[in-house]
Amino acid sequence: MATDTDIPMLEMRGITKRFPGVLANDAVDLTVRSGEVHTLLGENGAGKSTLMKILFGLYQPDEGEIRLNGEAIEVESPSFAIAHGIGMIHQHFMLVPTLTVAENVALGTRSTRWPLTDLPVVSRRVEEISEKFGLAIDPSIEVWKLAVGERQRVEIIKALYRDARLLVLDEPTAVLTPQEVEEFFGILNEMRSTGHGLIFISHKLREVVAISDEITVLRNGRVTGHTTPAESDRHQLATMMVGREVSLAPDRPEIEPGESRLVIRNLVVESDRGTTAVDGLDLDVRAGEIVGIAGVSGNGQRELAEVIAGLRDAETGSSVQINGVEVVGLGARIARDAGLAYVPEERMRDGAIGDFTVSENLVLVDHGSEEFSRRGLLRFGVIRRHSQELVDRFEVKTPGLDTATSTLSGGNIQKLILARELASGPTVLLAAQPTRGVDIGAAEYIHEQIIEQRSGGAAALVVSEDLDELMGIADRIAVMFEGRIMGIVEIEDATREALGLMMAGVHEGSPA
Amino acid sequence: MSDFFTATVLFSTLAAGIRLSTPFLFAGLGEMVGQKSGVLNLGVEGVMLLSAFFAYWTALSTGSLWLAVLVGTLVGLLMGVVYGLITVVFHAEQGISGIGIFLFGLGFSDLMFQEKVGTPKFTSKLPSVDIPLLSDIPHVGVAFFQHSAMTYAAFVMVPLVMILLRRTTFGTNVRAAGENPESADSLGVSVARIRFSAIVIGNTLAGVAGTALVLELGIFQPNLTAGRGFIAIALVYFGAWRAPGVMAGALLYGVVEATVITWKALGIIPRSLSDISAMAPAVITIAALVILARRVKPPAALTQPFSRH
Repeated sequence: MATDTDIPMLEMRGITKRFPGVLANDAVDLTVRSGEVHTLLGENGAGKSTLMKILFGLYQPDEGEIRLNGEAIEVESPSFAIAHGIGMIHQHFMLVPTLTVAENVALGTRSTRWPLTDLPVVSRRVEEISEKFGLAIDPSIEVWKLAVGERQRVEIIKALYRDARLLVLDEPTAVLTPQEVEEFFGILNEMRSTGHGLIFISHKLREVVAISDEITVLRNGRVTGHTTPAESDRHQLATMMVGREVSLAPDRPEIEPGESRLVIRNLVVESDRGTTAVDGLDLDVRAGEIVGIAGVSGNGQRELAEVIAGLRDAETGSSVQINGVEVVGLGARIARDAGLAYVPEERMRDGAIGDFTVSENLVLVDHGSEEFSRRGLLRFGVIRRHSQELVDRFEVKTPGLDTATSTLSGGNIQKLILARELASGPTVLLAAQPTRGVDIGAAEYIHEQIIEQRSGGAAALVVSEDLDELMGIADRIAVMFEGRIMGIVEIEDATREALGLMMAGVHEGSPA
Repeated sequence: MSDFFTATVLFSTLAAGIRLSTPFLFAGLGEMVGQKSGVLNLGVEGVMLLSAFFAYWTALSTGSLWLAVLVGTLVGLLMGVVYGLITVVFHAEQGISGIGIFLFGLGFSDLMFQEKVGTPKFTSKLPSVDIPLLSDIPHVGVAFFQHSAMTYAAFVMVPLVMILLRRTTFGTNVRAAGENPESADSLGVSVARIRFSAIVIGNTLAGVAGTALVLELGIFQPNLTAGRGFIAIALVYFGAWRAPGVMAGALLYGVVEATVITWKALGIIPRSLSDISAMAPAVITIAALVILARRVKPPAALTQPFSRH
């Protein structure tokens, strides 16, 4: 398999990178061999991205050296990295939606017919690569028309088109269904067998164990462990990553669900682009249960959440009742007064105001209430006392109540939003992507809080693209596809395979 | 009204419309190229004024129209370099910088005019170039084939700009820089260089637009352009960032303007309404803009300065 095992494909030695106030990489070593999938495991802020940006020439290291096939190199720019066979598949796709696949692939390369483009030549090579690695794609189609899984293939083709031998894959599976992940691993295996070196960045432990040959764990900018899937299981990996014992499956006390608190009937919602985002959806969430909404992003989850929260209008005939109160099209205040708490997907756009202080954000919903203001004037003493209480209770790590919220970490901002939303004792909780971009410790805490609300009798609807998250906390999982519920399964009966098929639009029971 | 619906009047109105659309077409296409790369240029009007004045001054003092065209074009190019420095190199906010360029062009062209010329004098105008044979076709010849070289050039620019944006590597890079500059950057395309070039092309065309305007009239006066540069920006939106769309908008504007002029001359519009009717082209274009507003999105990175984080 590997052609030259003596000299590693890549050696990064003693890489150190400082940013003002932060040591992002502290003497990090990484060795990748040809024909190997090497996982970089670590939480957000552990230094994985910094290390990879250094490898790709986006940052310059303060110390340390990089050797490619035994030869010391200084990666001064992405062009240099590309020219030396280093390819990067970014987490957020680096594609131009309005250009075709071939145009995207050819971008930045030499044209044989310069100054004109040579798209037929490019297309032919794209087809060759597609065939060799099983990456079916039509080169003449515009990228915006492609599904997420297909866009990822374009990214891989882009790298292979530039003859990349070493590929960095930054959280490549975050947006894929379980079946697409399987296909994707097939492609990785193909590249592994052709002697490519692959750096796989992920915090999805199941996948890390499934695909890796080697695993390097980073925490706070340092390498804290080096292992293989044979030596460490998921639980051990999580512990290495976080630095303390974590429970991957939170406790969920058995309780009987009560009456329906959130009732959705025949909901039809338009997307911003004028297409039908939610297409006749019915759903009940009862007191004392967590219903998870699974699905690949862009299947109407966002619109569904926004309508329930009163942030978006629905078509006539739609109905959303919170504790029996109709809320469609009446605005956020009515929904909140009916008993809703909302933890939005875009936490810095819909959940908190970055320039406001911690304390201001904590009373943002209720600052007009009798409790916090009198005759239009804010009661700062009461607000401070209340904020301090919430900060303590919800373990928000902040230098002070007057700190600008935008300076907190993602996990702490999310805890702050959760603190505000749960403080009022909601009867219906709607949380969209509650732990996206949040470190494991904070995620664990957020899950506990959601479960606590549910066990206390609240009805919770949790929208997430992370199937493992939903399988850990939900009582029932509903899968959304093209604006409809494909099926709802009780957690006891839920399998990743069945859910994955529904996420891809295949009906329960119908032939795959 | 019946005076208007004669072949001679209709075709000569069309001819005037095409002639009047020339500056809009140059400026609109230029603005479009810049916007495609992600840079909004609100300074078109100012650049047109500067080029118009310097082209006029050159024609006045040398008597050479070709030298005037060259100078007007170079002034546009120079302003492109200036605007490129401001927005691409120094990452200044594009809206405000553009307004600054406009105000500078308005004030400086006025100042130079007062200092160097003072009283308006006529220069020679661009001669009309009759296309052999075609220009002899009754009516049609007048409308389409008896224009100045500048007018022909403006319409030749339409396919040229299309080819530039659609069929060249530079054009692909321009579109990438306007839609997703991070992507272009990650592939080793210099977003700064691409945007700078697009701005220079755009401003050069704005300079040509100002030159075409002044040499068509044969005379300069302060604020000669009277908002044409701003209309050109609107035409880019009207045309949905496509060269033929911009051309359609420019023609619409030109023809409406020509019709108003003809109607005034024929007395169809009473004198007392002449000031109001002067607004007609703008009002009609804006109305068309609103009615025809398709769901076409501007380049995703328009007005966003690019730098690596």
